[in-house]
Amino acid sequence: MKVAIIDYGAGNIQSLQFALQRLDVKTVLTNNKDVLNSAEKVIFPGVGEASSAMRKLRTAGLDTFIPSLSQPVLGICLGMQLMCNETSEGETKGLGIFDCNVSKFTTQVKVPQMGWNNIFNLKGKLFDGISENEYMYLVHSYYAPVTKDTIACTNYGEDYCTAMQKENFYGVQFHPEKSSKTGSRLLQNFLSL
Amino acid sequence: MLTKRIIPCLDIKDGRTVKGINFVNLRDAGDPVELATQYAKENADELVFLDISATEQKRKTLAELVLRVAEAIDIPFTVGGGISSINDVAVLLRNGADKISINSAAVKRPDLINELAENFGSQCVVVAIDAKQIDGSWKVHLVGGKVSTDIDLFDWANEVEERGAGEILFTSMDHDGTKEGFANEALAKLSTQCNIPIIASGGAGEINHFTDVFTKGKADAALAASVFHFGQISVPDLKQKLKKQQIAVRI
Repeated sequence: MKVAIIDYGAGNIQSLQFALQRLDVKTVLTNNKDVLNSAEKVIFPGVGEASSAMRKLRTAGLDTFIPSLSQPVLGICLGMQLMCNETSEGETKGLGIFDCNVSKFTTQVKVPQMGWNNIFNLKGKLFDGISENEYMYLVHSYYAPVTKDTIACTNYGEDYCTAMQKENFYGVQFHPEKSSKTGSRLLQNFLSL
Repeated sequence: MLTKRIIPCLDIKDGRTVKGINFVNLRDAGDPVELATQYAKENADELVFLDISATEQKRKTLAELVLRVAEAIDIPFTVGGGISSINDVAVLLRNGADKISINSAAVKRPDLINELAENFGSQCVVVAIDAKQIDGSWKVHLVGGKVSTDIDLFDWANEVEERGAGEILFTSMDHDGTKEGFANEALAKLSTQCNIPIIASGGAGEINHFTDVFTKGKADAALAASVFHFGQISVPDLKQKLKKQQIAVRI
């Protein structure tokens, strides 16, 4: 299987590559549109600050290209947030794949949320073999609200969206590559779509 | 519900774990990768690798070790010890570390915290603070606790948060090595005044100490070394007992 990870200079992707390697999947890290178009699966990672990540996407011409992909695409963490309409982090306009806005956690909770939290109200094939309330590893200060595209929720101060899907686009707020067996199962499920 | 984290800490020198490690079923207890894999299997929530080597050549050994650890384990890990520049951090993060921790370098040049947060994001910047009580007030210490300063622990904690630290790892030198429990009073004060997670370190000796650090000490995570390495407390057993006491943990 050909799995491409979108390379736009945003964050640490070594762990993601190793997680896929543990599933015996070879990955190619690229910003080449032909290579991305021909991949069976595309992963859109992201760690860091939203506005600078969006600038890098625009510079590489990927901001209009990513929404045009037709194979399964998985956005992780900031990748997921950038697939939304906009995020209050740096007042950044996103790719607009998901019709929702990302905002900062309120001060009633510690920010960033850092650690293992439950996922619930799981829907769809991405969660095959994963039980309600299993744990995923999360590190983030901004969150997406629950919408009709939500396929998993988490509670931190309030219920919010930790996974979303619309057609061939999937986004997860947690880090499957750092979430032990449960995370590995989710990556396997994505690869099996 | 966000769970409380249990974090074994591995001291590393020249790419090997130091301190005696008494772990059953390990072929080579000095191999950090094998030990890390074992802890990940036992449901440790994170790991911290603290490098106590000093020279440039040994730093390269650390970077290679980080790559091997990232390849082997599927839980987050932090790397600390002697980190003092953006370049040090870039290498470690590129090789798969999730977070880095800085200590003395941040006290010597506090702007380093801002620079790291701006370049890599607050989520990967852990500021480690070693402190002990002198005449009733908590003072920050440097160089593994050897050098005292006039800096107040709570003032410094506020400053590192403002500068962009994503987390604070607080070690009470008054408690470290005593196995008589964590510095719960100071921890509770830190955890209440700061809006970022606090990792408690120093003093773990028995399971009740972990219960106390999460309830009385209000810590978000607890770090320990020898009680885990010598098998006095096993991570699965600890988590089962915490769960029975209504503390949210990942089983």
